Amino acid sequence: MIGDLLLSIFNTDFLFSVIRITAPILFAAMGAVIAEKAGVVNIGLEGIMMISALFGALIGYWTQSWLVGVLGAVVVGILLALLIGFFAFKMKTDIILGGIAVNMLGAGGTIFLLYMFTGMKGNTGALVTRDLLIPTVNIPLVQSIPFLGQVLSGHSVLTYLAFLFVWLIWVILYKTPLGLNIRAVGENPNAATSIGVSVEKIQYIAIAFSGALAGLGGAFMSMYYSQGWNSGMVAGRGFIALAAQAMGRGEPLGTMLSSLLFGFAQALRTKVSGMQGVSSYLVSVIPYLVTIIGLVLYAISTMNKLKKRQVAAKGAE
Amino acid sequence: MEQEVIVEQEEVVEQEDFVVQMRGINKVYPNGIAANKDVNFSLRRGEIHAIMGENGAGKSTLMKILFGLEQPTSGEILINGQPVAIHNPQKAISLGIGMVHQHFMLVPSLTVAENIVLGMAPTTKSRLLVDYKKAVQIAEENAARYNFRIEPNSKVMDIPVGMKQKVEILKALVRGAKILILDEPTAVLTTQETTELFKELIALKEQGLTIVFISHKLKEIKQITDRLTIMRGGRTMGVYNTADISEAEISRLMVGRDVVLKVVKDKAQPTETILKVRDLEYTNRWNKKMLDKLSFSVRRGEILGIAGVEGNGQRELVEMLFNLNTPDTGTITVCGESIINQPQNKIRDRGVSLVPEDRMTYGIADIATIEENVISDRFTDSRFNKGPLFNVQEIHSECDNLIVDYRILAKSRKQQVKMLSGGNIQKVVVARELSSKPTLLIADQPTRGIDVGATEFIRNEIVELSREGAAVLLVSADLNEVIELSDSLIVMYGGKIVAYFEDTSQLDDEVMGEYMLGLKHQTEEEIAKVSYE
Repeated sequence: MIGDLLLSIFNTDFLFSVIRITAPILFAAMGAVIAEKAGVVNIGLEGIMMISALFGALIGYWTQSWLVGVLGAVVVGILLALLIGFFAFKMKTDIILGGIAVNMLGAGGTIFLLYMFTGMKGNTGALVTRDLLIPTVNIPLVQSIPFLGQVLSGHSVLTYLAFLFVWLIWVILYKTPLGLNIRAVGENPNAATSIGVSVEKIQYIAIAFSGALAGLGGAFMSMYYSQGWNSGMVAGRGFIALAAQAMGRGEPLGTMLSSLLFGFAQALRTKVSGMQGVSSYLVSVIPYLVTIIGLVLYAISTMNKLKKRQVAAKGAE
Repeated sequence: MEQEVIVEQEEVVEQEDFVVQMRGINKVYPNGIAANKDVNFSLRRGEIHAIMGENGAGKSTLMKILFGLEQPTSGEILINGQPVAIHNPQKAISLGIGMVHQHFMLVPSLTVAENIVLGMAPTTKSRLLVDYKKAVQIAEENAARYNFRIEPNSKVMDIPVGMKQKVEILKALVRGAKILILDEPTAVLTTQETTELFKELIALKEQGLTIVFISHKLKEIKQITDRLTIMRGGRTMGVYNTADISEAEISRLMVGRDVVLKVVKDKAQPTETILKVRDLEYTNRWNKKMLDKLSFSVRRGEILGIAGVEGNGQRELVEMLFNLNTPDTGTITVCGESIINQPQNKIRDRGVSLVPEDRMTYGIADIATIEENVISDRFTDSRFNKGPLFNVQEIHSECDNLIVDYRILAKSRKQQVKMLSGGNIQKVVVARELSSKPTLLIADQPTRGIDVGATEFIRNEIVELSREGAAVLLVSADLNEVIELSDSLIVMYGGKIVAYFEDTSQLDDEVMGEYMLGLKHQTEEEIAKVSYE
């Protein structure tokens, strides 16, 4: 049985699905990274994904264009994020409450909106026809490489975009004036204020970015992954993204690696639950178990780091 | 006609002379406290000008107004002879004013160069990316021009305090500051770092910068300033050429009481020693020695006062006495038992009470009720418990008694403490700390910032407690309080005891000022008397 398991892990189908499953988590996790760097905890990623997933599918259907659908999802994501920002930065509510509100809106409001717009209940499967799905791309040279080609080629446009964003977010944070301001605001808002950088403005920009990214994650879900919107579709990916951000120490590359770990765990669950003689209930624990183990390892490494710093500080005295 | 012209010319001369003129500045905070009363202040181009005064004299407020962090209630500001309104720090920066705050405004994980160019980062040709090389170059060029030694590529969290301060000064200079305000710049520096800073400040002055130096350290002021403005109680006490005024004269103007309050009390009859502090030493994490071989005792039935300008080790001492911090060496005993590293409840069990300096953080829980606050040190007592539950009746009556006894003005015992006035909040703290009948009371700035009625009440309660046989250690920066309330008194300066007065009744402000500002100190034999051995 172990042999079967190993074989099924190291086949191309499985690795392909790891990448596919990771993409939406990665989008939201990059959103968490940029918001967190500006000192903003956007706990509303889950709700933003839900709502923008719905609008992505609907707008795509209305305009009969997947591209406009994706852009619509991004705009909806930005608007929702700015709404959270408005409540937190302008009206001075706790940002966690704003995030929870959007999450609840995502859970309940979407079903209402769907019914209002289309009269359908529960899912939009019928609306998202094949030609409205986000297209897949075969990469010319890569696809002919044995094994690797089958893993890396043939993904959707958005999947590649998700991984491209890891690099892009890193560039924004570490190579641009905006990134410098974002990091300054997140770490010492007083320092930013004292030299004329508006903390509020920078935080709005950062949360808008996180909304746009969660919007892309949502579009990916409804317009590619599930081929239509349904109410249980996002299934905690927004929260898993927050965990990935924490485990990746808030850095783009680390967050990508932890997102891949979560993607791997979910793919593994899907794979193993299909096998005979394995309790599907037991298997469904895998992603969450991986999350817990990951967070424990993260906590241990943080503790060690702190200890080292303390020892170093003692030595310096 | 001719005369008028002459008058105008004189004005022109005056305006050229001064880069900053602040006239008739008043600042009244919404809570009614007047921090600046009709203050006039001016800066000559290219001078180093000290603003001196005790804590709360209004010097920081005045500079915050100049830097746009506070708005004056009335008064006018002229920069280079032009009237200006400075609504925010950005405006101040654009007028060529820079301020180095006591608490650094730096981003620890960014490099020195990044901190210096923050908000005005140079970009590459594409205008999208930060030109980091250019940023380092800007930092290095400016450092070289002003002869500052910095490491542009190091992260700010990895550099020493002295260098952080240089980064702050460079930040202001890069933004075109011609007037530099330094708020107690030497408070965090070691002696060597201070010497280095002074050299650099003099070099800056030679390059034409005007520097304001907020301080209450006489020796430093004498060393590097050209002129000084002395403030006391929100007013200016005069402007002097540093060379023309003696240290004793500065001290007399800085320290002193406008109104002498009298506290009526019997003569103390001290008996056995309760608190014994011996050879206490503590160096803080910035390598600054805050407590230096501190030894004293407090006896039953007396109030020992600790006077001194804030920041001379009083806060650290009180922290040690309640185990909020651990000394490097030395002993602290209460009734013969060490309290170092003992949990606070064990220290309280030995009969020690604390009225802390920062009442909102250490004195009370602001969203809890009066009742919850007053029983927070005693709710485990058997009389407040019935089996697993509270004896609510007993707690109510305890709280009601305290509200009456300590004259706490509140709607009910269920009122949140933060809804009370400052004086009543302090009465809640005092009610809890004094009603436990302590053997040793540590009262740290017990009446700071509260109204006259509450002040008088609290002072009388402290006297009464001591006459009933408690040992009281009173720490206060308020000269009236520390002289009038204490039976005997020590003065702290630079982490040391510099004077001991067995009897406070004949003390005068002038003598106190000289000790508080480090102009004089007693011999070791005289000081050792406070150990009563």
